[in-house]
Amino acid sequence: MQARVFVTLKPSVFDPQGTTVAEALHTLGYASVRDVRQGKYFELEIDAPSPEEAVRLASEAADKLLSNPVIESYRIEVVDGGAGASVANRSAGPSAPAKVAR
Amino acid sequence: MKFAVVVFPGSNCDHDAYHAITHVLGQDADLVWHKDTSLASADAVILPGGFAHGDYLRTGAIARFSPIMQAVTRFAAAGGPVLGICNGFQVLLEAGLLPGAMLRNRDLHFRCEFLHVRVEQTDTPFTAACQPGQLMQVPIAHGDGNYYAEPEVIARLERNRQVVFRYVSRTGAETDEANPNGSLNNIAGICNEARNVVGLMPHPERACELAVGSADGLVVFESALKWDRSTKSVMGSGVV
Repeated sequence: MQARVFVTLKPSVFDPQGTTVAEALHTLGYASVRDVRQGKYFELEIDAPSPEEAVRLASEAADKLLSNPVIESYRIEVVDGGAGASVANRSAGPSAPAKVAR
Repeated sequence: MKFAVVVFPGSNCDHDAYHAITHVLGQDADLVWHKDTSLASADAVILPGGFAHGDYLRTGAIARFSPIMQAVTRFAAAGGPVLGICNGFQVLLEAGLLPGAMLRNRDLHFRCEFLHVRVEQTDTPFTAACQPGQLMQVPIAHGDGNYYAEPEVIARLERNRQVVFRYVSRTGAETDEANPNGSLNNIAGICNEARNVVGLMPHPERACELAVGSADGLVVFESALKWDRSTKSVMGSGVV
């Protein structure tokens, strides 16, 4: 199954790239775009017995490597064929438990 | 005195550091490949500038998992002097050996220029030969040097005197104009609480001879030598 990891800067952290993209959109005439936050997106193909296990593994990977908890938070979606998606949100460091919802 | 200069794939200031230590300072240095697991008998460790592992993911994010970093972490925990320069500073942040993180420069430009930093603390292994408040003209060359930490971490760094270098004007004034990247509190370099691990974004190793525009950075390496000699003399007197 596939775990999708979305890493973004915490709201309190200034995002000069996002600001620059927003300004470019304004130049193009998209005045209604109030703000842009730029992030990173990862697709992890995981051999796991259950979506919960895939979320657990992806959370571990995000804590250890994919995100830097000082400046970033992340969100995980697991897509398992037609079985729906599991989601975990994490804004703190490795100590916070992953929320899993089906 | 013997330095270990760690070489990651993508390091590009390793030989500048090696040159400064051996040819200018007249001390020994070993280049240590990142896949090595031992620092041998080094008295101090340098993590040099560059683009370790291509800066993929985040600066320093992959390098912190290089095998040599376990030895560097043990060396630091035992009180050994560790200096991270530019990308080496970023590696120390990712490894958790120093607090905080680097953001893109606030103007998104890769800034490559000479500027001035002020030495804020002289009780670290890499500033021990400096005068308090000493100004150094040294170059920077980075795109991700915008030092960030949570407000309480910044407050703790200031309270513990862990801000070692600050960006200042040529007259030593701490102004926003003198800040090349948006770093909080004009922070150019910090140390850990134990004060043996130091990281800075400017490149002292590229400013050790007047032929390259400035010799102001040499004092960082002279400091390590002074520190090493004083540590060994203390240890010696302890035996006697």
